[in-house]
Amino acid sequence: MAKGIVVIDKERCKGCGLCIDACPFGVLGFSQEYNSSGYQVAYMAHPDRCTGCAICAQVCPEVAIEVYREQPAKEGA
Amino acid sequence: MLVETGIPAGYRKVFGRPRALSDRKFTYCPGCHHGIITRLVAEAIDELGIVERTVGISPVGCAVFLDQFFKCDFVQAAHGRACAVATGIKRARPDLIVFTYQGDGDLASIGAAETVHAANRGENITVIFVNNAVYGMTGGEMAPTTLPGQRTTTTPWGRDPRVHGYPLKISEMLAQLDGPAYITRQAVFDAKHVLLARKAIIKAFRNQIEGKGFSLVEVLAACPTNLHLSPVEASRWVAEEATKFFPLGDLKDAG
Amino acid sequence: MSRVLMRGNEAIAEAAIRAGVRCYFCYPITPQGELVEYMARELPKRGGVFLQAESEIAAINMVYGAAAAGVRAMTSSSSPGISLKQEGISYLAMARLPCVIVNMMRGGPGLGNIAPSQGDYFQATKGGGHGDYHLIVLAPSTVPEAAELVMLAFELSDRYRVPAMVLADGMIGQMMEPVELPEPVEPEDIPPRPWAVTGAKGRPKNVITSFDLDPEGLKRMNLVLQETYREIEGNEVRWEEVETADAEILLVAYGTVGRIAKTVVRLAREEGIKAGLLRPITLWPFPYEQIRELASRIPVVLTVELSAGQMWEDVRLAVGDRAETPFYGELGGVVPTPGRILEEVRKYAR
Repeated sequence: MAKGIVVIDKERCKGCGLCIDACPFGVLGFSQEYNSSGYQVAYMAHPDRCTGCAICAQVCPEVAIEVYREQPAKEGA
Repeated sequence: MLVETGIPAGYRKVFGRPRALSDRKFTYCPGCHHGIITRLVAEAIDELGIVERTVGISPVGCAVFLDQFFKCDFVQAAHGRACAVATGIKRARPDLIVFTYQGDGDLASIGAAETVHAANRGENITVIFVNNAVYGMTGGEMAPTTLPGQRTTTTPWGRDPRVHGYPLKISEMLAQLDGPAYITRQAVFDAKHVLLARKAIIKAFRNQIEGKGFSLVEVLAACPTNLHLSPVEASRWVAEEATKFFPLGDLKDAG
Repeated sequence: MSRVLMRGNEAIAEAAIRAGVRCYFCYPITPQGELVEYMARELPKRGGVFLQAESEIAAINMVYGAAAAGVRAMTSSSSPGISLKQEGISYLAMARLPCVIVNMMRGGPGLGNIAPSQGDYFQATKGGGHGDYHLIVLAPSTVPEAAELVMLAFELSDRYRVPAMVLADGMIGQMMEPVELPEPVEPEDIPPRPWAVTGAKGRPKNVITSFDLDPEGLKRMNLVLQETYREIEGNEVRWEEVETADAEILLVAYGTVGRIAKTVVRLAREEGIKAGLLRPITLWPFPYEQIRELASRIPVVLTVELSAGQMWEDVRLAVGDRAETPFYGELGGVVPTPGRILEEVRKYAR
């Protein structure tokens, strides 16, 4: 599984493309979906590349992105 | 919890919606940097735990709806007068954390006198100055900070300094005064600068909490709509063109 | 009760302090300089905030902020400065913020001069700023009355959430009279302001605004104002009548002219002319009914103002066809003597 997972709120996304451009690993792209406002929403085109760095979320003007990162495995007792 | 959002077990959230924001969708254009800056203000309020004693002042401009985006008390100011309104609130209730959020027309054109004098008096307030070099809300007219050669609806052939003067460097002007504690210019055209801007905004609020005085964060911003550029191109324009006239960094920091 | 010989400007300031004004923002302009100076010396000593702003525009917006934050706030100025404040006043009115604005009228239009005048009646009572709003407008005619009406202004403004204007002139501001200073208002007698921006702790957020993009929403906000104005019109009209019971000529005058008119009534009576006076104290709400009633039995209603005839329009509206409505006015800051006004009375008296 990828280290990071990004959840994009489809109704908040305005298809501006800043996240797609900002992602250092080419994870994101424009989906084929249009939301109720008519915007083409972003999505994880290559989820396996995501590191959970949250650069996409930092540049998203709509606060549409939540980022999850794999927790480090606990050391044995 | 994780099952509902479809996130598998073993992942934790590292970035989410600031608590100080309401659920309201932002009304800004796609790619507008206002959205990033509005979020950073909310992050600062969260970080400092001040939502219950913060009063925001909304400007006239694209951020006129700002009160809808936050959970704290808000006052709508007349165009340009936010720094005077902030002065009134802060002098009446010094215990409240008072911030203004203003565009380039609001702060540096019609509001120039109020901004200068609030800074000069060292009012203990926080001012967020969104400088996108154009008047967005009214359809793209020249702003005091419009760059030479930049086409706007009132400078159709590009801003001619012989007619309209040069971009107004109000932050440099304010930094000359004894009153202000902190004047800085930031930008949000990439993640690195977003994080620097975030730090500056938190500092500007912390200064108020600590009674250090007038703190202003100018944030260079992109207005894709009135630059007639895509959001990504508009961000590049800020990084490459706007910074030529408006260098980033701290202009005054009294510590 | 203390009785002190005071200049009008200073009596107004002292009354405001006793009314519990917490924030006073101002800009110097003649003829209200002494009001500013008195506040500068006294208000900080008595728990308030004095701030000289960079302009009258800044001052009214500071009042807007302080009032929004829930304190009694005030500004004072004179005609040209009041012109500058109009946008701010329109905002205060729509945002339903209580506050007091004092206008010591001077000669105008334009830079005019510093002599007394009544040229701002339209500005005060018919708007002045944009939109459908009214201010409560109180017009003192003497120094003691000025002190009294300042207290009343704060009270009515709080009660109805409508900005109140005390409309006086340079004469009242400068002259000195003995004043029974009013008892200070106890802090607990100042009405609470649950709507103020005091920090959203333990309650939903408060938003002070005069904005609604939705026409139906803005209409609703306007209707709230209109309902409030109808209530004020029903409850708060104030006026004074002198010798109206058997009058055959009625003078209508306010402020300094109202005071001079009392002497005119006395002099006229001494000559056998049955003159009377109705002196409006609230210019808004205006005593239309009272004037209409008197006009039903008094054939001549003579309006006297230090203007080209502003209140005169409201008098004519009230009187209609019931009586003749002549006018005598002075412009430029010229203040007529009682004798000069008496000449006019003689002209029209039956």
